[in-house]
Amino acid sequence: MHTHPFKLVTIIAEPVLESRLTSELRQLGATGWTVVEGRGEGSRGIHAADIPGVNIRIDSIVTPDVAERVVQHMATHYFAEYEVIAYVSDVAVIRSNKYVTQSRETR
Amino acid sequence: MLDTLQANLLSPIPLAFALGVITRLMKSEFSLPKDLYASLSIYLLFALGLKGGAELAHATFASIAKPAAVTLLLGCVTPLIAFGTLRWIGRFSSADSAGIAAHYGSVSAVTFIAAQQFVQRVGAPMEGFMPTLLTLLESPGIHIALAIGAVQRTRALGASGDSSGKSIGHVLHEVLTGRTMVLLVGGLLVGFLMGGSGWKAVTPFFDSGFKGALMLFLLEMGIVAGSRLGDLKKVGPFLLVFGIVVPLLHGALGVALGGWAGLSVGGCTVLGTMAASASYIAAPPAVRLTLPEANPTYSLTSALAITFPFNILAGIPIYYRIAQALA
Repeated sequence: MHTHPFKLVTIIAEPVLESRLTSELRQLGATGWTVVEGRGEGSRGIHAADIPGVNIRIDSIVTPDVAERVVQHMATHYFAEYEVIAYVSDVAVIRSNKYVTQSRETR
Repeated sequence: MLDTLQANLLSPIPLAFALGVITRLMKSEFSLPKDLYASLSIYLLFALGLKGGAELAHATFASIAKPAAVTLLLGCVTPLIAFGTLRWIGRFSSADSAGIAAHYGSVSAVTFIAAQQFVQRVGAPMEGFMPTLLTLLESPGIHIALAIGAVQRTRALGASGDSSGKSIGHVLHEVLTGRTMVLLVGGLLVGFLMGGSGWKAVTPFFDSGFKGALMLFLLEMGIVAGSRLGDLKKVGPFLLVFGIVVPLLHGALGVALGGWAGLSVGGCTVLGTMAASASYIAAPPAVRLTLPEANPTYSLTSALAITFPFNILAGIPIYYRIAQALA
């Protein structure tokens, strides 16, 4: 089975940020994502969320340069002030064209 | 005064709230399922809107114009008082001051309902159009406080290409389309259109169960407030005093303006309570999105663990007494 190397970007964030983050993901070149809710605690020890609050995890499979842009964006705009973490891992996928935006393919 | 306070403490709302707080103090893991909590708040807000709308059908424009004007005035003045107190007396940062002021400039619908139940019980029912005024008070305070915060933030950051203008527009949309506004404004409209006969048809569901649902909701509010009691140490003595004194000030102002606008003693009490209450549903996400450097522990703890309990336990009877004295 032939697979292509891609990057999985994972963002764990306060729920108020969901719509803002997903629209920014699209702008940065992600073609899709999955959002799940969960509980947990982090180094800040506060839950800034609305009541009753949960955290969200956003998973998105992207190309390496989009992954780079997303974590850079997170570092610039969110890490200082929000309860947010983001990390990148390596994944292997079969359908490589599924995770690349059309405009980027033709470029 | 003392017997009014005592009678209030032994009424359903404070008792259910106290049970919730005690549950949490006993370190019980019990709490209402999240979806039930959300469902109860939908039921309460929609019932409030429907009944208010049905009663609005009897109100004349002339009788509601002046009370509506003073309500909007309160929505503009209370965030400024709160901001000034926090910034220049409490020495809070401008972001924290604006964040907390957004909560105190807006209104808590549950505190409103508690006041409505109180004035009904003491035999001084409020005017039927009061829920309409509630919808007017929800958003101006949040926006004024956020605007102050955004201006100060832009000044502090310089013109660094920050997108706070865009996010304020986004927040305005979120507050206006939030659960409270949709259910209350929508309920008022539906109630108004279906009128008294329509309301009568749905009373078995929306009226008979109202007080019971309210008790369940207050039980959960007690649990939520109780779990924040530990944060009282973190917020310091100034916010403790602020969370009681500023509601008293806003409450007295609301009662006085209500009297000037020609409201009854019950109406003045409820308007005072509205001005004194602090939002904890619409304001927190709005503040979080626009003023991320404001510490949410300050605003949520003072709104939920100080001001909300104070208002339902002691504040409402006090505003009632002020209303009686001024009448």
